Amino acid sequence: MNKIVFDAIVVGAGPAGNSAAYTMANAGLNVLQIERGEYSGSKNVQGAILYSDALEQMIPDFREEAPLERHIVEQRIWMMDDRGHTGMHHRSDDYNEDLPNRYTIIRAQFDKWFNRQVRDAGATVLYETTVTGLLRDPRGQVIGVQTDREGEGYYANVVVLAEGVNGLVGQRSGLRSELRPEDVALAVKEMHFLPQETIESRFNITGDEGVVIEAMGTITEGMIGTAFLYTNRESISIGIGCLVSELSRVGKGSPYQLLDRFKAHPSIRGLLEGSEMKEYAAHLIPEGGYRAIPELVGDGWICVGDAGHFVNAVHREGSNLAMTTGRLAAETIITLNQRGQACTKKALGAYRQRLDDSFVMKDMKKYKDVPRMLEKQGSTIMDTYPRLMNGAAQTWFRVDGRDKKTKENEIVKAAWHVRGLGLLGDAVKLARAWR
Amino acid sequence: MSDDVENRLFQNRYVVDTGKPHIHVTPHETPSEELKAMVHVCPAGCYSQNEHGQVEIVADGCMECGTCRVVCQNTGEIEWNYPRGGFGVLFKFG
Repeated sequence: MNKIVFDAIVVGAGPAGNSAAYTMANAGLNVLQIERGEYSGSKNVQGAILYSDALEQMIPDFREEAPLERHIVEQRIWMMDDRGHTGMHHRSDDYNEDLPNRYTIIRAQFDKWFNRQVRDAGATVLYETTVTGLLRDPRGQVIGVQTDREGEGYYANVVVLAEGVNGLVGQRSGLRSELRPEDVALAVKEMHFLPQETIESRFNITGDEGVVIEAMGTITEGMIGTAFLYTNRESISIGIGCLVSELSRVGKGSPYQLLDRFKAHPSIRGLLEGSEMKEYAAHLIPEGGYRAIPELVGDGWICVGDAGHFVNAVHREGSNLAMTTGRLAAETIITLNQRGQACTKKALGAYRQRLDDSFVMKDMKKYKDVPRMLEKQGSTIMDTYPRLMNGAAQTWFRVDGRDKKTKENEIVKAAWHVRGLGLLGDAVKLARAWR
Repeated sequence: MSDDVENRLFQNRYVVDTGKPHIHVTPHETPSEELKAMVHVCPAGCYSQNEHGQVEIVADGCMECGTCRVVCQNTGEIEWNYPRGGFGVLFKFG
């Protein structure tokens, strides 16, 4: 019996897998995509922000049909202490443009739509099927996958591993090592529903405008982590995440208790008041940066998205890196396919070059030292400075009969008291890691 | 499992693969620190400690994040697999 050999098998139907499968199917390749959920999106969790550019590279007119929530016109970055926050807000009417740059989305809905485009482009998608391992020929070249369905498996010239952060297939096949607890964050998230008008009045927005809040500070109790609040059309996504190494070592509380405290914080409470919580989700985020990127190609396989540790934790970007790596891997495979060349490790190496030439690796490299700096300076950055900053702001803004020079001295003294010469060191370390 | 987490999980949809949990804790006398940490770290509150101090799991509310797998990777106390295709948590929003 002749077995079917696909041009490519894509494991997973998140942003990376959908991008890879779409790009290849669109170029006429015979693609099989395998997803363990009931539909694409049913196992996927994100904040979630969609970055238009990464999707536009594949589907320029995606705005006409894709389920989008709100385009972002305002970004708030907060340093929080126990009673309040000090932050930077940026808002501009310029973001009310024909082709907005960023949107909030609801992943289960968005992924379902994206996956529909994959099928329309001609790919075969198998749902409710978990890939359990790789098939290899006697020389070790990957030639397909094994699944939990009955039968011998599925064959292809190349397997695209878009299996996400908790990628058991690649890991158990020895393609990459186990995730270190220092390199992944555990984030929990809730969906809170409110009437559209309530959201719009609370955030001073109209129509499809949206607001994003990214927060750090004492809310993570000294652990390395961040929190977020995103406005959707009729809901608010709110979440918080910390490095797994910190959560398991410190043992201060459960992730959902951190989320409860964040929701009850005086700066947040009023924004959620009266909302109805309709879903609770948890997910790991690969935050180890450039140094945690595993081997990306081998004989007959290539790795994309979260499975390849492609997250820019500093800028809270991940889905755009997933889409871009998925697309670049697909383009690499398409070129080989057109030349009739085998997908060997050497031939697939062109993917690495494409990545290096794109924003993906440039950004990953730029922040390569940030995780290490945070490992050493975590509680200073997450706890000491937010407290200092909020204290300084209060000293500065309260009018209490004391002269401004005295206030300035008090602010400097408070910082000096807590960090001393460390202030200088912290500044240098931050600048170095940021460079 | 505390009410905190139970009320949350109540909002989620699951297709439970009855009789085939996807995570197992291997029988032990004394749990490692890592395994004990899971009692509070697990976002779904799947882990609990019994009266003998042993850690047990009920994986029905699992959101398949993989945190326990990463935390206990070196202790050999957890056997972790994804649920069979079509089973497990089913996010409406994600």
